[in-house]
Amino acid sequence: MAIFADKSNKVLVQGATGHQGVFHIGAMKEFGTNVVAGVTPGKGGQEVEGVPIFNNVFDGVLETDANTSLVLVPARFAKDAVFEALDAGIKTLVVITENIPFHDAMEFVHYAKYKDAVLIGPNCPGIASPGKTKIGILPGQIFMEGNIGVASRSGTLTYEIVNSLTEKNIGQSTCIGLGGDPIIGTTFIDALDAFEKDKETNAIVLVGEIGGTAEEEAAEYIIENISKPVFAFIAGRTAPPGKRMGHAGAIIARGKGTAESKIKAFEKANVKIARFPTEIADLVEKHV
Amino acid sequence: MKLFEYQGKELFKKYDISVPKGKLVNNEKDFSGLNYPFVLKAQVPIGGRGKAGGIKSTENANDAKQKLSQIMGMDIRGYTVRKVLAEEKIDVKKELYLSITLDRSKRMPLIMASDEGGMDIESVSDEKIFKEWINPLIGIQPFHIRGIVSKLKLEREESKEVSKFISKIYKLFRDYDCELVEINPLIISGNGNTIALDSKVTINDDALYRHPDIVPENIELTPLEKDAKDKGIAFIQLEGNIGVIANGAGLTMATLDALTNYKGKGGVFLDLGGTDDPEKVKQAFELMKKAKPKVIFLNLFGGITRCDTVAKGVKEVITKEGINCPVITRIKGCNEDQAKDILKDAGLITGTTLQDAAQKSSDLAR
Repeated sequence: MAIFADKSNKVLVQGATGHQGVFHIGAMKEFGTNVVAGVTPGKGGQEVEGVPIFNNVFDGVLETDANTSLVLVPARFAKDAVFEALDAGIKTLVVITENIPFHDAMEFVHYAKYKDAVLIGPNCPGIASPGKTKIGILPGQIFMEGNIGVASRSGTLTYEIVNSLTEKNIGQSTCIGLGGDPIIGTTFIDALDAFEKDKETNAIVLVGEIGGTAEEEAAEYIIENISKPVFAFIAGRTAPPGKRMGHAGAIIARGKGTAESKIKAFEKANVKIARFPTEIADLVEKHV
Repeated sequence: MKLFEYQGKELFKKYDISVPKGKLVNNEKDFSGLNYPFVLKAQVPIGGRGKAGGIKSTENANDAKQKLSQIMGMDIRGYTVRKVLAEEKIDVKKELYLSITLDRSKRMPLIMASDEGGMDIESVSDEKIFKEWINPLIGIQPFHIRGIVSKLKLEREESKEVSKFISKIYKLFRDYDCELVEINPLIISGNGNTIALDSKVTINDDALYRHPDIVPENIELTPLEKDAKDKGIAFIQLEGNIGVIANGAGLTMATLDALTNYKGKGGVFLDLGGTDDPEKVKQAFELMKKAKPKVIFLNLFGGITRCDTVAKGVKEVITKEGINCPVITRIKGCNEDQAKDILKDAGLITGTTLQDAAQKSSDLAR
């Protein structure tokens, strides 16, 4: 089963002909992703790695039945690109682009909801269901098929954690990078809900960081709704208050959103906390 | 980006939002045109300036001159006062609180208002702060405004004025891509006008390109941090003596956390991001050298980024320009074996695990 992404996703790439687009179309195909179309206005008729390029999303959907879009366009064109995909009938969107003005993100997150579409990101590495598909820029070589669901607000930190699971022969059902921005489409709660229902997922790993209250809300949700074991790592325990640590999301303000408050909330929900990223794999190994 | 109070008020004027008559003052010559009594207000990007003595009321020219010299240059929670705003006093009838901010959980703008505005808003209980969330797809509607204003204890005319005020502020919040617009207090004056006595405006950095009229001041950055920002490198100076270079904000934070477990303290947070461009790696090391850490800890996970390319960049900087402190490295992921060989060849210490490298770095920094 896996969550949000499997063999049924027919992927169209928006921003397909740039350096990133070309590289990741190749990498996704190598992983087994069904990449059916690319879109770059003005470049219709070309091909990238054997994938036909269209001038707009409507044409791409009409010709290829694409149902999923990977958005790689620059920040200032991202809102337009997401709206176009949603209006063309795309039902799953993965928005990789970083530095999108949050007022834009707010608008497209709500429009996606209105259109009943799943939107992952923005500012995220994407989603991978090993053995099935990968929609995004996550490195394919770190994954292994299995039964651990991973949801994370971070990029490289997730790769590190997934890699350490794979090194211990612990495979994953789906790994989803939710994104580091203050406004994101798919949240920890959405991922938890989907992993709970997924028959291929036996345990869940959450990777959080300081800023916002997403982890605290997830902890509340776990107490009421999740029966599967949950493991977590929180980055930023030693970040000084008020300093921005790269991600717009990683801000500590007014005592809320600190690592302590998140760890406390998770402990209350019986979530096992790792002190080092790679310790997650040790904790999961003991459990399985 | 946080605007100073006076910059926020300039934006307010653009939206026909009333503010007290006032101007920036450097010396007594600038007092001309202002009526006594007026108030001198330190311009700092942080709250609590009133309690720190950064706001003073003046009665006459002599008094004003003396108080200006007290405020100019004073230190308010780490910020030196370089700008002072002088504003005429207002006859205050009511003090309200009004803000529009971003609710991350609901992913919507949130309007908050209270009749109990003023210095101690943070201790006002939750049931006295009225809230309305605005779905960005429909924008602000009259029912939102009625929902808030009807709960404030206001007279009919006052309600009308405050309603107009809220819709203007919301328009500014959206037009200028704000993360926050806060007015505390929002005054209803003796003659029934609504006036913004203060302004706190934060504009989303990612949207600054749409607002060329806003000039960034980067007032919260150290000189090295400014330099890094110009080069597009995420670089933050902290209190410790270990310089951390990693890729990705999450991994960089996790590296700082790991050091703490061995009683090491991060002195610099440097996030290389997704780059393996040797030029960027070189710039990163140059910045790091200028920050003079006792130890540098390079922690890389190569996903799409190839470890060996980064390692080559590091080797080049170190062999060409030298480095005067130990460098501990820990490399994992894509092409890690080649990378380790390159770094060993450059004379750097390589740790086997994050824990091992964090411990080595912490020990050396002591």
